[in-house]
Amino acid sequence: MSQSISSSKIKSALAPNISISRQNSESSNSLGNFIQETLALTKRLFIQLQRRPSTLVAGVIQPFMWLILFGALFSKAPANLFGNDLSYAKFLAPGLIVFAAFSGALNAGLPVMFDREFGFLNRLLVAPLSSRYSIVAASTIYIIALSFIQTAVIVLASAILGAGLPGIVGISAIALIVFLIVLGVTALSLGLAFALPGHIELIAVIFVTNLPLLFASTALAPLSFMAGWLQVIASLNPLTYAIEPIRYIYGHGDWAINSIVMNTPWFGFSFGAVILVLLAFDALVLLAIQPLLRRRFA
Amino acid sequence: MAAAVLIKNLQKSYGDVQAVKDISFTVEPGEIFGLLGPNGAGKTTTIRCLCTLAKPDQGKIEVGGISAIASPKAVRQRLGYVAQEVAIDKVLTGRELLKLQAALYHLPKSMIGDRIEQLIEVLGLQEYADKKTGTYSGGIRKRLDLAAGLLHQPEVLVLDEPTVGLDIESRMVVWQFLQELRAAGTTVLITSHYLQEIDALADRLAIIDRGVVIAEGTPSELKDKLGGDRVTLRIREFTSEEEADQAKHILESLPFVEEVIINSVQGNSLNLIVKSGQSSLSKIEQSLAEVELPTFSLAQSRPSLDDVYLAATGRTIMDAELAAASTRDLKKEQKQQMK
Repeated sequence: MSQSISSSKIKSALAPNISISRQNSESSNSLGNFIQETLALTKRLFIQLQRRPSTLVAGVIQPFMWLILFGALFSKAPANLFGNDLSYAKFLAPGLIVFAAFSGALNAGLPVMFDREFGFLNRLLVAPLSSRYSIVAASTIYIIALSFIQTAVIVLASAILGAGLPGIVGISAIALIVFLIVLGVTALSLGLAFALPGHIELIAVIFVTNLPLLFASTALAPLSFMAGWLQVIASLNPLTYAIEPIRYIYGHGDWAINSIVMNTPWFGFSFGAVILVLLAFDALVLLAIQPLLRRRFA
Repeated sequence: MAAAVLIKNLQKSYGDVQAVKDISFTVEPGEIFGLLGPNGAGKTTTIRCLCTLAKPDQGKIEVGGISAIASPKAVRQRLGYVAQEVAIDKVLTGRELLKLQAALYHLPKSMIGDRIEQLIEVLGLQEYADKKTGTYSGGIRKRLDLAAGLLHQPEVLVLDEPTVGLDIESRMVVWQFLQELRAAGTTVLITSHYLQEIDALADRLAIIDRGVVIAEGTPSELKDKLGGDRVTLRIREFTSEEEADQAKHILESLPFVEEVIINSVQGNSLNLIVKSGQSSLSKIEQSLAEVELPTFSLAQSRPSLDDVYLAATGRTIMDAELAAASTRDLKKEQKQQMK
């Protein structure tokens, strides 16, 4: 295969080069290395997305269909049922933003699981990664970017369907909330991808988590519609803490950090408090998956 | 100078299966070292421990004097690993995979482009580099994986069963390439259950059976240690049992014949072990002619590595393969490898 190449050229191409390994093991630039490997792994995921866009297309179409179908389902609901001056489209949009982001994040572990099953992960694990958390970081960056695309589409589609459009600050606040919920759920899914034996089990977990968490949140109906026990569950569901502040932003142009955006059976939460709850959720998940990752990455 | 690879008293179990019981061997810098043994002997587990994919239960692993257990990252930087099942992302092109690999090994950005070009050229991948790897044949995939394993100019390239499933032409390409690699000064550690591969390539080898090393040395050392030459005799294309028995008695009385075995699977042909360096064949033919037995075919050869394995374990590698194939739980093994 290499007849046309002079042997000296082959020699220099194939000879071991100790200086590369020395330079790398001695260099203290581990942050630079971490960034290099994380960007390369993220790029791989985006190349995959570009050449196989069906996940993104489905991820955008699905909430769009929810929006139209649920809107039609409740189109004869009495006026002001969901709050003063609140159309169901306006009520539903925040729920679907969060639910779409949540579903996408819940699936984050699947590509990692397939890499495990096909042996591609081994390729990463035999490489001298500065930290194996770059594998997790790349998936997280990728999923967050996808969620932002989904969110933008839902916000625009709901605006067209009559939900209105929040201002710049409102949109930024929505982005922050989406980021926080996606971070926690992605971490959870990635942790499961390393803990569960195979993709069948992971899909089973996704299957039993996805819709129940949707119905046990305030995505489709307000707390006041629910049975008492479901109100309790919905008030503990992290999705509710992401949905309610976004809904408040949609309903109130004059929201502030101390506005009470959410009422549970126990007490009301201000916008700031809700953000703290979401941060606590992220911290809890990130702590919980540490032992799982460390077992695989040790 | 430290050994390129040093493995000492390695032990590794998966659940109640002791995949590696006690494996020790040393690979010197610049040589091609072969690990020979039937499937399920513990080769892949040994390689997984060496490449830091699995943690040994016990034992010492060093690459260039650096412990794989204490400093896995430094060892990863020094090793190139070509797995048995090439895992490539089908959606990426060959060049994109190499770029990813270069970043994972932290090649300086200024070097990456040239280095990838160089390897694409050396491995003859020019017309494939910009096609998706999903379209590659097995041979091209293996070449891409070789390029990926060598991108960071490792001191030791580790290949697990590099030619399993390849056509003969691709197999020759890989063999020739590994020899070029040795000539350039890279140490090569290769596992195989394929005798000819190790015999043709390895400067030295270790034979592994059921998790232990049963022999280590150069191919000719191991064969010489066994002593004698092998003679294969067919009286007729298909010999009757009586004739084979008759010939066996006659041949056993010859002074230079050490052992005669009738191989009923091969049409009652006779396998002889004879003292080497004698003009055995003509004497065998002569003594058969005296009792009017014909000679259909007669060949003398030095012992093969399979004979070395046979002498140590009482079975051929082929027998061991067949026995292992019926008892292995491949699904379970794959689960273990996912860890």
